[in-house]
Amino acid sequence: MSVSQQDFLETLLVQGGATAGQPQAWLKDRRASALERASALSVPTTRDEEWRFTDLSSLYRLQLQPAAEAGQVDAAVLKTLFFPEATQRLVFVDGWFSPSASVLSTSSGTRAANLVHAFSDKHWVSSLNAIETSLAAVAGVSDDVFAAANTAHLQDAAVVHSGAGAESGDELVHVVHVTTGREIITRPRVLVMAESGARCTVIEDYVAIGGASYFTNSVCEIDIASNAEVRHIKVQREADTAFHVANTSVRLHADARYRNWSMTIGGRISRHNLNVQQTGTGVDCEMHGLAMIGGRQLADTHSFIDHAVAHGNSRQVHKTIAGGSGHAVFNGKILVREGAQQTNSSQQSRNLLLSPRATVDTKPQLEIFADDVKCAHGATVGQMDAEEVFYLKSRGLSEPAARNLLTFAFAKEVVEHIPVASLVSVLESHILEQTRSKEA
Amino acid sequence: MSNTGSKLLEVNGLTAVIDSHEILRGIDLEVRAGEVHAIMGPNGSGKSTFAKVLAGHPAYEVTGGTVRFEGKDLLELSPEDRARAGVFLGFQYPVEVPGVTNSGFLRLAFNTVQAARGKEELDPLEFDDFIRDKMRLLEMHPDFLERSLNAGFSGGEKKRNEILQMALLEPTLAILDETDSGLDIDALRVVANGVNHLHGANDAVVLVTHYQRLLNYIEPDYVHVMENGRIIKTGDKALAQELEERGYDWVAREYSERAA
Repeated sequence: MSVSQQDFLETLLVQGGATAGQPQAWLKDRRASALERASALSVPTTRDEEWRFTDLSSLYRLQLQPAAEAGQVDAAVLKTLFFPEATQRLVFVDGWFSPSASVLSTSSGTRAANLVHAFSDKHWVSSLNAIETSLAAVAGVSDDVFAAANTAHLQDAAVVHSGAGAESGDELVHVVHVTTGREIITRPRVLVMAESGARCTVIEDYVAIGGASYFTNSVCEIDIASNAEVRHIKVQREADTAFHVANTSVRLHADARYRNWSMTIGGRISRHNLNVQQTGTGVDCEMHGLAMIGGRQLADTHSFIDHAVAHGNSRQVHKTIAGGSGHAVFNGKILVREGAQQTNSSQQSRNLLLSPRATVDTKPQLEIFADDVKCAHGATVGQMDAEEVFYLKSRGLSEPAARNLLTFAFAKEVVEHIPVASLVSVLESHILEQTRSKEA
Repeated sequence: MSNTGSKLLEVNGLTAVIDSHEILRGIDLEVRAGEVHAIMGPNGSGKSTFAKVLAGHPAYEVTGGTVRFEGKDLLELSPEDRARAGVFLGFQYPVEVPGVTNSGFLRLAFNTVQAARGKEELDPLEFDDFIRDKMRLLEMHPDFLERSLNAGFSGGEKKRNEILQMALLEPTLAILDETDSGLDIDALRVVANGVNHLHGANDAVVLVTHYQRLLNYIEPDYVHVMENGRIIKTGDKALAQELEERGYDWVAREYSERAA
């Protein structure tokens, strides 16, 4: 291990940031074992198979500290980040929960709070067992140094809990992590729990006000009980100077449904590990990914669907659009274990290169140990179709307008079914802006 | 024939290559306002290439000759500037673009061209009224507007969409490349009616077609036969009928005898 790698492991594990006061004993134990695990691991290099395209050495050279307090944010600026459909909102600034910007509700079937609040509020007493069952339990830390480091310092978190048979099925919670342009490390943590028959929608949002070389090391755990449904939209719109490593871990019990949209727009280097684990029969999982990058950005998505038991459905479409010298990476692993008969799984990786310097590395990875299953996968990498561009130009559109429209169309297929209209329009205008700026 | 309309298109000695393979070997053609020209010929004669070269397809390189459109050098213009200037190509194989709605695309194209011509742009509501009116002409289902551009369209739907775009962009010169291919008889009638309705004394239509049957519906003033990258014979409507009965071989023979 080089000096900077060793130093960075210390950065990962340095104390600081938000504090939770007196934590529960079980949480103390989980943090301690995560710390132990993280200390035994090393930070990855391109010599690690899982990281061969994603070189974090420029991150390892940074000297980062957690923020001692939240930076100043103009309330009016903050407001532009919100979505009117959200009935509840948890806002974290530089890793610190912001009660004044957040909107909580204790009356509805789905409720949201920060962990510190949940531990001390009487309305949350009935949720404490569920939190103990899921928090730092869904996301494994045995071979993920970043998730282990996040857990080792787990102080506060965004917690969303949908009670059994939650009537208010269209409850939308917006969890937003804002960074204010300082060179810091943040460790965002999100926990979403849907009890039997419940349904909720969560936007997990990472955004910067101002640019700086900061590092977001986030973990999101989602535990979906039998016949419950969670719609999860991760929006990574960090600064172009940021480093973002995220772990999403999902546990699906019998007949649970999971819908994921992962939008990757920002970040100098970003990595999303999306792990879905099927523990009961009859689950249904749908994942829509879009990475849209340019300049010298790198966006890496590693997904892993573990069909461990029978009768599981999964459908995945991952699209990337790379302009400039952008580099998109996709590794989609699907494991169908021996007992997982009648699994029906499909995966598509579609990649659009907008410039001759852009690159994409895509790798579907199917491992099937059951004999009565249906698995389909495909990957395409291509430049914009000249015939399509000419068709649009022959109708009067300029070259950039034609190319933008086609890029937009490619991205729109992923974005348009996101169940939050205002987010769809934010993403669409973002895509339009980016198609203009990222082609160069 | 009157020969009184103003000259819209003048093609002289046009040659073009694709991948250094010569497809057009010296085309001469003059088209005046108010006229309908049919360009016929066997497969591989270069008639579709000629249509695409006029619209500025980037795969073809013009190696010689001139093309003037309303007196201006057409070959100098980008495809989008040709469209804005009033040249329209109806595609033989319209491209499918999933993710772009017809309504959004049509409005964008319409407003882009309107702006370039210094005319009024329409907002979505105004455009909706405007387009629905045009769609009735082509007997198109209203659902069509919400569908993705040509995605999953039948051959007939695609060709109707081409003529709808022609109706929107109001070209001075419409070049329709094999618009009749893949159409059943009802769709052919609808598409032909649309073209006849749109065509007037101030514009011209060039039909590129393999078969005579389209010409039963859209009556040409001139019929040209292309062979091996050249126009080798020009006649009137009766020539199309003769080609239908006798095929193309005799025209080529006649041409080579004349040349010899």
